[in-house]
Amino acid sequence: MALVERTVPSGTTWIDRVPGIWWAIALILLIMPVIVNDFILFQVFGWSLVLGMIALSLMFLAGYGGMVSLIQMSVAAMGGYMVAIFGTSGVAAISMELPWWLYIPIAIIIAAAFGTLVGALAVRTEGIYTIMITLAIASAFFYFARQNYGIFNGYSGFNLVVPPPLFGVDWRQPVPFYYLALGCAALSYFAVVYVSRSPFGLALQGVRDNPRRMAALGFNVTAHRIAAYTFASVIAAVGGILLVWQNAQISPGTAGIPAVIDILVIAVVGGVRRPVGPFIGALIYTVLRTFSSDILTTFGLSGERFKLLIGLGFLAVVFFSPDGVLGLWERWRNRKNRDSDPLTGEPK
Amino acid sequence: MRDFFRRRPIWSLIIAIAVAIVLWMIFAPWPPGLVDTLGRKRIFLNAVFGGVTLGALYFLVASGFTLIFGLMRNVNLAHGSLYLLGGYIGFEVSEATGSWLFAFPVVFVVVAALGLVLQNQVFRRMEGEELRQTMVTIGLSVVIADIMLWIWGGQSYTILSPDWLSGPTTLPIISSIKSSGEVVYLRYPAVRIAILVAAIAIGIAMWLVLNKSRLGMLIRAGVDDREMLAASGVRIQYVFLAVFAFGAGLAGMAGIVGGTFQSLSPGEDTRFLLASLVVVIVGGMGSIPGAAIGALVIGLSEQIGLVYAPTYSVVFTFLIMAAVLAFRPQGLLGSVR
Repeated sequence: MALVERTVPSGTTWIDRVPGIWWAIALILLIMPVIVNDFILFQVFGWSLVLGMIALSLMFLAGYGGMVSLIQMSVAAMGGYMVAIFGTSGVAAISMELPWWLYIPIAIIIAAAFGTLVGALAVRTEGIYTIMITLAIASAFFYFARQNYGIFNGYSGFNLVVPPPLFGVDWRQPVPFYYLALGCAALSYFAVVYVSRSPFGLALQGVRDNPRRMAALGFNVTAHRIAAYTFASVIAAVGGILLVWQNAQISPGTAGIPAVIDILVIAVVGGVRRPVGPFIGALIYTVLRTFSSDILTTFGLSGERFKLLIGLGFLAVVFFSPDGVLGLWERWRNRKNRDSDPLTGEPK
Repeated sequence: MRDFFRRRPIWSLIIAIAVAIVLWMIFAPWPPGLVDTLGRKRIFLNAVFGGVTLGALYFLVASGFTLIFGLMRNVNLAHGSLYLLGGYIGFEVSEATGSWLFAFPVVFVVVAALGLVLQNQVFRRMEGEELRQTMVTIGLSVVIADIMLWIWGGQSYTILSPDWLSGPTTLPIISSIKSSGEVVYLRYPAVRIAILVAAIAIGIAMWLVLNKSRLGMLIRAGVDDREMLAASGVRIQYVFLAVFAFGAGLAGMAGIVGGTFQSLSPGEDTRFLLASLVVVIVGGMGSIPGAAIGALVIGLSEQIGLVYAPTYSVVFTFLIMAAVLAFRPQGLLGSVR
């Protein structure tokens, strides 16, 4: 990278380098509460931001680290469980009711430690094996949470897990929750972008492309991979805490196999090449999930078949475009550019 | 085997002692001290036999999975769906015809045909792209699971075993000795014994075909060097099709077996997919004896865990897998390639 000359004139700031469309999207996201009603704000946009964050952690591992990890949903659920255990919930026998500034860091740290531990186990393997092992550990977590009544309260889990009423705001109301989720999602998005350009991120991408060469250059391949798991786990844990607050409850089903697969579907449908992909995938997923029963009933099918719709959509995307919807869009743009005149850029 | 003994004398000794202890616990009448610590011998024996039978079922599912993976490097995460589909079709066939045995060839042919379509239309288009195969087969399993839920609903089904296999049979293993000196032998469901025998027979047959026949030679050559085999004039795609169809058909037949001594319901597909994943990870990818050992270990740990530590029995399986991964990442009988 150092060999590339800086082509940006010295007078411009970073604000000029961000394309206009990004500003437009940011503005639309900020004024979203004015545009849509509370249901869509909370159920579609709030949910897709939260799911997008969890899928973003998978995107970071898969896109920059080359490790497709299915443990992210379990890490998120771990964060959510810890919030319920150390914070307040309807199960008074287990919840410790610590203050919010204590239980949120504890939850994130425990979830990150869990993710790191799984990562340390998973990086011993490569490619498809990583998927299998993380899938197996994710299901072990699900069964453990379902069987354990001392800590995880077994089958029923925790209910009435609500965010702390900070600054006199009820953060579960649609508008505050939307801004909370938007703030966390934006933070994690920029964190991923920043880390991907940092020396650590570049080394991680080097490890993805050629681990042997990186090892020969003196980089500790295993440590980089495990650190990537830790970073991704923090993002997943924040997403998991938001998910618990949104649903106000957590149960083993939150981290069941279908949920784990859903996160993979979201990340892959959106595209794992760029950090914005998971959010697009999550938006598509939540829209489908929320409105598919209406769509299906208009076609005369039962509303329960939304899984079929999502599965077929996922199948179509992975079958025809390995890099998701973003990849489809990029290919379409390239084709449009190819059709134009190479010298003048005008359409033929 | 002798090679293993020479290279690892201490491990062979430990394994031999463990096997001897287990055999003694199975065949000998228990002294009172052991009964006090572990409970009645009958309970232990039932757990062991349940574990071995469950292991036989796992072996039927996982051997197809490991064979397909070993030869073609195809990651078929829709394998569990093939299992459940086979079970449902077997249920329909045995209900319609009233014959349990007749369901096996029908299911084998139907599911194997589906396997042919999968290999020819899906996997052949993405040879060598493991991640894409994984994604596509996950998508397929979601779709197939929902279609099955659509057709057969959410209730659970059990396939009735035929009359000549129902009821218990007496095994020549001492369960307990009454105070009057009368020896009580273990009684065990006949259908489970039949399943166990069938699984062992299929396993030995697979091993013989793989190691002693011309087709097996082709398959082993394909595992070792696919390009060279193709270059020497073998139509390797036909070998692939045959192996995939066989593995799929085996999973389908395992569905009938599972539906007979357990039950069929939505969610069983992921359960058996996970079981076969764990079995092949423990046993070693692409190795049939490895799948047998892995299935035995997992089945036994599940059943014995269920008896002696019921709360966390499910977690034991995954602990074993984690331990194997930590100390022997390629699996117990896997080879480093």
